[in-house]
Amino acid sequence: MRARSRIFALLGLLALMPCMPAAAQVPFGQASAVKEGLEIGVSSNEIAITSDFRGADLTIFGALTNADELLLAIGQYDVVVTLEGPRDYATVRKKERVLGIWMNTESMTFQQVPESYSIASTRQIDVLDQGPSFSSVGVGIEHLPLDPVGYIRDSGAITEFRDAYRRLKLGSGLYQRDTSGVRFVSSSLFRASLRLPANIPDGQQMVRAYLFKSGNLIFQRETPLRVVKTGLEQAISDAAHERPFAYGLLCVLIAVVTGWGASIIFRKD
Amino acid sequence: MTVYLPIAELSVNILIILGMGAAVGFLSGMFGVGGGFLITPLLIFYNIPPVVAVATGANQVVASSISGAITHFRRGTLDMKLGSVLLVGGLAGATVGVWIFSWLRRLGQLDLFISLLYVVLLGTIGALMLQESVRAMRRAKTDQPLPLRRPGQHNWVHRLPLKMRFKKSKIYLSAIPVVALGFGIGILTSIMGVGGGFIMVPAMIYLLRIPTSVVVGTSLFQIIFVTAYTTMVQAVTNYSVDIVLASILMVAGVIGAQYGVRVGQKLRGEQLRALLGLLVLAVGVRLAIGLVVTPDDIFSVAVGGQSY
Repeated sequence: MRARSRIFALLGLLALMPCMPAAAQVPFGQASAVKEGLEIGVSSNEIAITSDFRGADLTIFGALTNADELLLAIGQYDVVVTLEGPRDYATVRKKERVLGIWMNTESMTFQQVPESYSIASTRQIDVLDQGPSFSSVGVGIEHLPLDPVGYIRDSGAITEFRDAYRRLKLGSGLYQRDTSGVRFVSSSLFRASLRLPANIPDGQQMVRAYLFKSGNLIFQRETPLRVVKTGLEQAISDAAHERPFAYGLLCVLIAVVTGWGASIIFRKD
Repeated sequence: MTVYLPIAELSVNILIILGMGAAVGFLSGMFGVGGGFLITPLLIFYNIPPVVAVATGANQVVASSISGAITHFRRGTLDMKLGSVLLVGGLAGATVGVWIFSWLRRLGQLDLFISLLYVVLLGTIGALMLQESVRAMRRAKTDQPLPLRRPGQHNWVHRLPLKMRFKKSKIYLSAIPVVALGFGIGILTSIMGVGGGFIMVPAMIYLLRIPTSVVVGTSLFQIIFVTAYTTMVQAVTNYSVDIVLASILMVAGVIGAQYGVRVGQKLRGEQLRALLGLLVLAVGVRLAIGLVVTPDDIFSVAVGGQSY
């Protein structure tokens, strides 16, 4: 168990690594002497959601610093804000008809993918996506690295399972995209709305903001956000996972009391 | 009015769950069955994940069996010794069953396996019940005498070694088939979330030739412990017992059962069995359709990997 969490920590580091060279590679604009930056602020670094949570919007404010007025005016700057949920393995299974019955025949497990992912951008990612930036930093649902566990010979199958994974995640609302979710409220101030799905996983989430200039990533910033589920239902779920023996005992006890109670109440004397 | 089920991780209409519990309770009271074999498929039809439906079904059966067992205990129609021997097999079977359950879940074949098992079992039992009751009804119409039962007749079961004397049942029987029966039912309890009374009772009567008077009480006695044990093991290994869902089902179930018993006493036996047979068949057919119909999406995704 401890070894596994250490592996997770290591993988987490690895996941962060590509960002670092990207930030270091900031092309020093030939025209502008100062480099552009980005500041973001989240009203709280912890969100408590109750069990009747039906989803909500998370608003993030941010500002561009040292932006070139001319480039800004012609819309050469693009901002992408993402919210990434905790990472875990994900297994995609495919059904096939075997002797008339539909059964899972193939499966593929992807390493350390975010359980939830919301993205908001100033424009459509495909339009934005000119340079290699997006896929190299893994911004956008289409560019999230989905690496299968183990060696898979058939690359066509990998594509098929990756597409299915994205489609299912989008369908369940855990992955969301809003191509007009980031709006400039003034020349340099922007507001991003990210959708928190109703079934958002609790735990450490990460808000990341990316600044693109003419399609190239030039700056990125991140801030953690904790999603804490509260309420009786969450307490029950925690108890079931953390103290399963006591929880099971309680379930049996309730059944005994209910059964016994009924036989006393409805006893025909 | 919705309620959130913390383990199934979905919101459900509380009235539907209450109705389901009451209806199954009513039927179980009417027919004298535990109702696990009806509640689990119904929960699956209502989109409760099969993993949760099975574990919660086992928990619900604990409650529905207790009041019945108490009644039989008061009447003295419960053979503790026979029940205990059955229980030894039952606990071992439930342990193996949960192990199979977890293994199938890892393979991604659990849902299919549960459905298949239900289709086979419900199909067979429903058809047998229907056939038997139709024959009984026809016999009643033509006023034929019942075929002679020969309770003294011995079969291969009675030639097995390790014989034990069960005083209350007034029977001298090998422990091997009793333990084996308990073991088989125990496996079904943990994989299907049923008490297994609907298999155990006929097996005890026709295979082991145990007197009918003690059969129901004794099977209920052992079902309580096997389902309670299964609930515990499922809670510890699969974290799949939903206490909220179970509580709603149990309360509705025990109340429904009281009314079921009253109605059941007014109806004739063979008509009752024909009705139950039809119902069991219908549930089985509905599950079978689910297996054959092309799913909306042939892909599914689950958090977690095969890395454990």
